[in-house]
Amino acid sequence: MTMYNKSLKQLSTSLQNKDISSVELSQYFLERIKQYDGELNSVITLNEEAALQAAAQADKAIQAGDAGPLTGIPLLHKDIFCTEGLRTSCGSKMLDNFIAPYNATAVDKLSQAGTIMLGKTNMDEFAMGSSNETSFYGAVKNPWGLQTVPGGSSGGSAAAIAARLAPLASGTDTGGSIRQPAAFCGITGIKPTYGSVSRYGMIAFASSLDQAGAMAKSAEDAAYMLQAMSGFDEKDSTSVNRPVADLVSGLADSIKGLTIGLPKEFFSAELDDAVRSKVDEAIDAIKSAGAQVKEISLPNINLSVPAYYVVAPAECSANLSRFDGVRFGHRCDSPKDLEDLYTRSRGEGFGEEVKRRIMMGAYVLSTGYYDAYYKKAQQVRRLIQQDFVNAFKEVDIIASATAPSTAFTVGDRTDDPVSMYLSDIFTIGVNLAGLPGMSVPCGFVNEMPVGLQLIGNYYDESRLLNVAHQYQQLTDWHTRVPTGFEQE
Amino acid sequence: MSIQTEDVLKIAHLARLGLEQDRLAGYASDLSNIMGMVEQMNQTDTTGIEPMAHPLDQVQRLRSDRVTETDQRQVLQQNAPNTEDGLFLVPRVID
Repeated sequence: MTMYNKSLKQLSTSLQNKDISSVELSQYFLERIKQYDGELNSVITLNEEAALQAAAQADKAIQAGDAGPLTGIPLLHKDIFCTEGLRTSCGSKMLDNFIAPYNATAVDKLSQAGTIMLGKTNMDEFAMGSSNETSFYGAVKNPWGLQTVPGGSSGGSAAAIAARLAPLASGTDTGGSIRQPAAFCGITGIKPTYGSVSRYGMIAFASSLDQAGAMAKSAEDAAYMLQAMSGFDEKDSTSVNRPVADLVSGLADSIKGLTIGLPKEFFSAELDDAVRSKVDEAIDAIKSAGAQVKEISLPNINLSVPAYYVVAPAECSANLSRFDGVRFGHRCDSPKDLEDLYTRSRGEGFGEEVKRRIMMGAYVLSTGYYDAYYKKAQQVRRLIQQDFVNAFKEVDIIASATAPSTAFTVGDRTDDPVSMYLSDIFTIGVNLAGLPGMSVPCGFVNEMPVGLQLIGNYYDESRLLNVAHQYQQLTDWHTRVPTGFEQE
Repeated sequence: MSIQTEDVLKIAHLARLGLEQDRLAGYASDLSNIMGMVEQMNQTDTTGIEPMAHPLDQVQRLRSDRVTETDQRQVLQQNAPNTEDGLFLVPRVID
């Protein structure tokens, strides 16, 4: 088997058996990035020198017999995670010159587990976008069709995994930003329950929705990565203080007798017919493994996009007020007074979509509108959460398409924000409720990947990963490599 | 909800956001469209529903009041556009 398509377990075995060193493995993926990323634009900053030093350290640990499942495994981090001494841009001109003074907890945890950071991936500016077209560093291309978008906001991570530029990549998901690009790029991505992975050092967009997660070829690989990232962190005030569940040992469990809920609202007119037929086939495969299905209803889910576009911009307008040209980030030339310093630094540093969302947020929070929009959205948010809570009284897992269509063409939706926002109609409700969700590749329509979304109950990531892994034992969609990227 | 260019200027001022003059009409139209979508929320009666601020309905965790951070001013100021004697410099505020 080609090196780039090996599973994490296989790579780990090769490292432990000394068939290959971590330095060689890291060089191999760095070479792939150099060979292929020119057209994809999935990586913003390479970390070559430090990566090879870390790999040499990992090789020593392996020699000493002191290695875990992730020791010596290369990975990429989304450029939203602070990485000490390395530019952390968040895809924005505002932070083009920002060298993070400390590591995000998720980055530290993955380093402590022995992973090797090869670089930082491209993303929609401040994670605001569904196509990776809002990045200051230019759009990312989808390796399955270079004229199409990879999805967003974790589009760089998704494209890099799809093109096999790294075995693992981190992502963040505020309204679908792991799952939708995973679907568009034909990879596996999981967003755990809100509060599972520390938000410390993860540049904030909408703090009650933001959650980090894992992106990989398969559910098994993602399980190992998520396991290492998760855990209580007192530096994050909303970190959940409970033991990390074992995400790996249950992967092989039978899914016989599980009940999969199919929300009728998600199998509606918005869903492309061809995408639907692939999702139906995937559900049939899961049934063939012994699960049963049940139609359910999430009566308020159609209000998730409207509620989200109040809650998320409101939180973003507060969070992004820290970018003022004073302490870090872009500062305009020769400001005439303090007001001018703020206004021009922010005007020059932020791109169009970020400005739109800051303004939306400032508007819905302004005097006289708070109750009509912000409070209303928080009430709708509870109704949506209650729908999920009720559904999980009847079913173990919820399944749907991750996105209503396959990846759209670059430039298609940039002039129409609302149509862009609607590409997340199936993913946003999960963030509003704080539930875990994932996307698993389940086939192709016109040679573009389709994603199956699986949604779990609170803290039930191990079951989600179990169902996804069992599905991947029956199918090989997750092993497919896009044309043009197969050469070793 | 129709948002006019005057509204855009007012919101942009609240957010201390400089906008290009030739984009004002575009932002007004975008924000109007987004607000139109947002107003679908009004289809649902939410009387008596407790607003949900946090997905897990957690309360803020408290910690004991002790010093946990060391002084990292020098490191943190390396990213600052302009500093002097450990202070962040901004244009003169008081004449």
